[in-house]
Amino acid sequence: MVKKMLVRLIIALFALAVTSSLNAEELVTKEQIKGLDEQVQEIKKEVLAISAELNQLEEKLLYPSNTQLAIFVSMEKNSKTPPIALKIMLDEDDISHHIYSFKEIEALNIGGVQRIYTGNIRTGEHNLKINVINKQSGGNNAHTVSHLFEKGIKPQMVEIRLSDSGVTFRNW
Amino acid sequence: MSIAKHCLSIALITLFCAGSTLAADTSRQDELKDLYFGEALFQAYQKEYFAAISRLDTELAQYYGLDEPNLSSLYHHIGDAEFSVGDYELYYRMHNRASRAIKAVIEGNVEDVVRNAAGYRLAKIYYQKNQPLNALHAIEKVKGKIPEHLRYEEAFLRAQIYMVNGKFTDAINLLEPIENAEGVKGFAGYNLAIALLQSGKEEQGLAQLNKVGQISSSDEQVLGIKDKANLVLGFRLLEAGQAEPAKQFLDRVRLTGPFSNKALLGSGWAAAAMGKFDRALVPWQMLAKRNITNKSVQEIMLGVPYAYGKLGIHGKAAILYGQALESYSKELERVDASIKSIREGKFLAAVIGEELKADKNWLIKLRELPNTPETHYLIEMLASHDFQESLKNYFDMVELQKKMSTWLKQISAFEEIIAIRSAYYQPLLPDIEKQFRILDSKMKLRIQQRDRLDKRLKKMLISPKPELLATADERILLHQIMNLENDFNNRGLSNNDPLMARISRLKGRINWSIYTEYDVRLTDAHKHLHQLDEHVNQLDKSYKSFVRTRQAATQSYKGYDNNLQQLTIKINQAQTKINTLISRQGYLLEQMAVSELELRRQRLEEYQVKARFALAESYDRATKKQEERKEEQLKIKDDMQ
Repeated sequence: MVKKMLVRLIIALFALAVTSSLNAEELVTKEQIKGLDEQVQEIKKEVLAISAELNQLEEKLLYPSNTQLAIFVSMEKNSKTPPIALKIMLDEDDISHHIYSFKEIEALNIGGVQRIYTGNIRTGEHNLKINVINKQSGGNNAHTVSHLFEKGIKPQMVEIRLSDSGVTFRNW
Repeated sequence: MSIAKHCLSIALITLFCAGSTLAADTSRQDELKDLYFGEALFQAYQKEYFAAISRLDTELAQYYGLDEPNLSSLYHHIGDAEFSVGDYELYYRMHNRASRAIKAVIEGNVEDVVRNAAGYRLAKIYYQKNQPLNALHAIEKVKGKIPEHLRYEEAFLRAQIYMVNGKFTDAINLLEPIENAEGVKGFAGYNLAIALLQSGKEEQGLAQLNKVGQISSSDEQVLGIKDKANLVLGFRLLEAGQAEPAKQFLDRVRLTGPFSNKALLGSGWAAAAMGKFDRALVPWQMLAKRNITNKSVQEIMLGVPYAYGKLGIHGKAAILYGQALESYSKELERVDASIKSIREGKFLAAVIGEELKADKNWLIKLRELPNTPETHYLIEMLASHDFQESLKNYFDMVELQKKMSTWLKQISAFEEIIAIRSAYYQPLLPDIEKQFRILDSKMKLRIQQRDRLDKRLKKMLISPKPELLATADERILLHQIMNLENDFNNRGLSNNDPLMARISRLKGRINWSIYTEYDVRLTDAHKHLHQLDEHVNQLDKSYKSFVRTRQAATQSYKGYDNNLQQLTIKINQAQTKINTLISRQGYLLEQMAVSELELRRQRLEEYQVKARFALAESYDRATKKQEERKEEQLKIKDDMQ
């Protein structure tokens, strides 16, 4: 009999312990949380619409299609020699450099493409030079590669593809 | 709420979180055909969902604005892009919009794999939003080929949905084969046990809990669920009055895991239930040395002296009740200080502080910052789903607020760019325009002349006209000869006159060249026309380039005013809403924290009252015992005398 009462006491005490945190949330009602969450979702939608509009405006204003140049970096999946840093020169001028974070390498590794530079250039022939520092088993390895491309009247996109066998370029 | 039910709900939440992390790791197998789509993936893979959605929204708006979207590079990824928007919106906690986007993908003309991935995500949204029936309808539409990376997760989610809809047998059938599958190991087994218990198969359910409680793994999450299985099993047996086996299972729980305090508490109570208070003291004393803010520790501060009392050591019990009273008072002061700190806004200020952002142990760091509330009391609440979601919303709003002010600055910079361009181009353009018109009319004239020549040459191929190909010198000479001939005719010279015969000879000489060289001249004329065409083409290129440049110059400053004005209005309006939402969300978070602390305060006060009564009772018993001893000693003395 005493044992049974003791067990009930245990359960009551334990139940009190586990339910108190739920009660705390219940004081702030679920409806309040839900209502506010709906409003937050609504404002996110509005802000995203503004962001898309601003993106288009920015592109039109700062990078008109006839002079636009966008440079992208992609990487072979599961590369053993991921980049540590990258420097880009266009017609001998430094235009961009980037030091890669772990998150960025991971994103490149599973198929993400980084837009590393957007700018304006004249139509005609241009020389793109890439200086890349790779991580390798025996230490870091740096090398430079060049790429000639012709800028026409349409927006020009150049993809720099990094792989274990080297750097390749693709004009889009 | 029963303990088992509470534990079940916690397990489901834990599992859900584990599942969503795995689902985030999805990579595209196909070759990428649109770099901007790849850019959106790059952002999403880094969990930058706002940037990813914004990029995809921009690309999709441009795509749908095209006359021939099938020529766009995004055309190859359009299904994936639509699905990804919904997916990323879900990660960005925009459930309402995400479910609409995903539904659109499901109803669209897409492959089985894409449709099923979308159906899985939709079911997950409903499950997460506590809409079991909708979740069931959505998951039942998932049929056919399932993406490989979702193989076990889909089965696991399906089982979870069956469970919340009371379809325990179906859930059991699904969970049994995936019990040890990668990614759901431990969780599937635990849920299988709960499904068995819920379906009335008590014995099998307990056996399954026992099985999960012996899993070997180095994964912290799996070890957590293993502890939970032992805890639930122990308390279930304790409830059923089987204290001895209950203690064995409770003792299996790791001493360092998140369930260790509850297990130590339960182990002690199991020993106490068997009347073995000395054995109960072992786990309880261990627990009593732990952090005082923990609920189990606070509870056991009454349990330890209670056990000493039961063992008849009332003096020690009284001392320990006294110590408990002192500790409760100190804790009440800390709780009051924490409530004050939260009400002064220090909690939120610390939470959004830059120093905590990058740190995944921000909760621990928060404790170390000056003037912040005692977060030990808030751990359970901070880990709760509602608080986490509200906190994320708060963070998101703060981020959006920063974006708004950055964008306003950006728009102001755009206005300046436009003003500078306008000031530069506007005075230049009228003059350029004037020169352009002159050149334009000259060019048109030359092109007309060229076209006339072309037509004539083509006609001459059908009906030859050698005189048209006479050289300039020949034309001059023929003209001079014709003048002389006219002059001689006017003078009345006859055709037999030697002068006239000479004229005739000269004319014949020139015409000879014109007629005999006709073919060569016609070929040369065509060659020259081709050469002219090259120049005309060059001219046309320059002309078009000029037109484009002139257009670009005009477009670089004209037609933006309206857009910029409207955007400024929209941003200002959004900013006002965001500020209001930040205040409301912040207040809600503070309110949740304060409510939690108020409850803990209430519990501490209750313990204080119990401790006071128990202290008094222990003193009475100790005094009574002391008096009894004295009386006994006196009796022995009297007997001896």
